[in-house]
Amino acid sequence: MFMLPFIDLGRKVIGFLHFIGGLTNLAAQTVYLTFKPPYKYEHTIVQLKKAGYDSFPIVSVVALFIGFIFALQSAYFMQKLGSEMYIASLVALSIVRELGPVITALVVAGRVGASNTAELGSMQVTEQIDALETMATNPIKYLVVPRFVALGIMLPVLTLYANIIGILGGYLICVMKLGISSSMYMNITFDSLSFKDLFTGLFKAWIFGMLIALISCHEGFNVTGGAEGVGKATTRSVVFTFIMIIAADCFFTALFYFILT
Amino acid sequence: MIKIKELTKRFNNVLVLKDLNLDIQTGQTCVIIGRSGCGKSVLLKHIIGLLKPDKGKVLVDGKEVALMKELELTALRSKVSMVFQGGALFDSLNVAENVGFGLIEHTRINREELLERVEESLSMVGLGGIGNLAPSELSGGMKKRVALARAICIRPEIILYDEPTTGLDPINADSINELIRSLHDKLKVTSVVVTHDMKSAYHIADKIAMMYKGKIVLEGAPSEIQKTADPVVHQFINGLSKGPITEAIDTFK
Ligand SMILES: Nc1ncnc2c1ncn2[C@@H]1O[C@H](COP(=O)(O)OP(=O)(O)OP(=O)(O)O)[C@@H](O)[C@H]1O
Ligand SMILES: [Mg+2]
Repeated sequence: MFMLPFIDLGRKVIGFLHFIGGLTNLAAQTVYLTFKPPYKYEHTIVQLKKAGYDSFPIVSVVALFIGFIFALQSAYFMQKLGSEMYIASLVALSIVRELGPVITALVVAGRVGASNTAELGSMQVTEQIDALETMATNPIKYLVVPRFVALGIMLPVLTLYANIIGILGGYLICVMKLGISSSMYMNITFDSLSFKDLFTGLFKAWIFGMLIALISCHEGFNVTGGAEGVGKATTRSVVFTFIMIIAADCFFTALFYFILT
Repeated sequence: MIKIKELTKRFNNVLVLKDLNLDIQTGQTCVIIGRSGCGKSVLLKHIIGLLKPDKGKVLVDGKEVALMKELELTALRSKVSMVFQGGALFDSLNVAENVGFGLIEHTRINREELLERVEESLSMVGLGGIGNLAPSELSGGMKKRVALARAICIRPEIILYDEPTTGLDPINADSINELIRSLHDKLKVTSVVVTHDMKSAYHIADKIAMMYKGKIVLEGAPSEIQKTADPVVHQFINGLSKGPITEAIDTFK
């Protein structure tokens, strides 16, 4: 009897390895098919709109609030040290390097990743994916590649936009509430940011975008068990994506810390 | 010609197909009958390469489906089309885009010709002029007929029908049977039709094959099937609740 927890753990480990294997396989095929002609731009454009353009409102709201919150939290600390003018650089660096990419990715994972899984999952249970195959259309080329390309493009774009809005949020708090002058805030912001900060942030965003597309499509393709299965897969897709985003963030942050300093 | 040799398939250790053999000549209409859950859809999916056999093989025009490379498989699938049991219409596309899907994806056909072909296929199933509707706006029977239109739109040489008339009213069911017959007579299409409807089976079949316990237990022309002495087939085609098929279940109770 005392073995049961271990058996259960073993099953979980095997399940996880299975997931990683499936994901790697899907990733390889997706990359290959992305570069293999024929190219169908129409599907990608639809996804660019769905994943990118339609995400701007929610990203705006979230980024603005993050900017507010971060400025206020840093003000609390900086006022103790008597160096309010550095709030600007703290806000700018944290948003551009970390919060912008991660918050945007989490928002998009919740919004677009979940809908990808639900859509592909219901296509799977109603045999639409099989039907695609019988019509000599590769489901990965037709369904995954456009999402992969669109999220890979749109996540850096959305992140750049979130960075600007987040910094604007910080600016509003500091200039309107804390009495820091507008020109000083802008100067310190731009002085403290280097190209490297921006680049590492956007690079991570690109990785997150591809991860969201791959995990959400992978979970969608592997749905079994009807409508209930679609629901479960959608939850699992969002949870896995969140975990993978944070793990990838940790990995790349460490990597950049050691190779770029 | 479709040749199925010793096809064996199991799902989670349940044996669904067991050394199944069946030959279907080019231009022939073969009707497959059998109880619900006996593996008819699974059999069709092997012919078009959606499922891989555990043992045995399926040959279409002499080539083994499971061993086909991507290009060969694409070639196979542009001459074989399948009507799924549930329709499997793409719900992100409208009816016309569904029907024209194969042509849009794989040919450089121009717009007028495409619309013409789509409309022609839709009128063949009695649904002309509904191209702009979404699949969600259709009734179950209409979905089935749109799926049929989608299958014939690419003008395939082989069509696999998974219960094309189930859920249709008798009049529409009969016109679908007429359609299958005329594709057979005029265009020499090879058809594999899975159905529970014995009346339509007798009407359209050149050959009827009965599946039972993972095998083909009897095959023959409709007239031979009707006269059969095989108790299993006799029970099935006459729809009797008592007989060898249900005996196993009865002794179980
Ligand atoms: N993908 C699958 N995974 C697991 N089991 C499956 C799968 N597909 C089919 N089966 C099993 O195979 C058996 C045969 O299924 P199939 O769909 O071929 O039946 P059928 O003869 O078409 O029945 P019906 O007339 O009701 O459509 C069923 O017991 C089913 O549970
Ligand atoms: Mg079936």
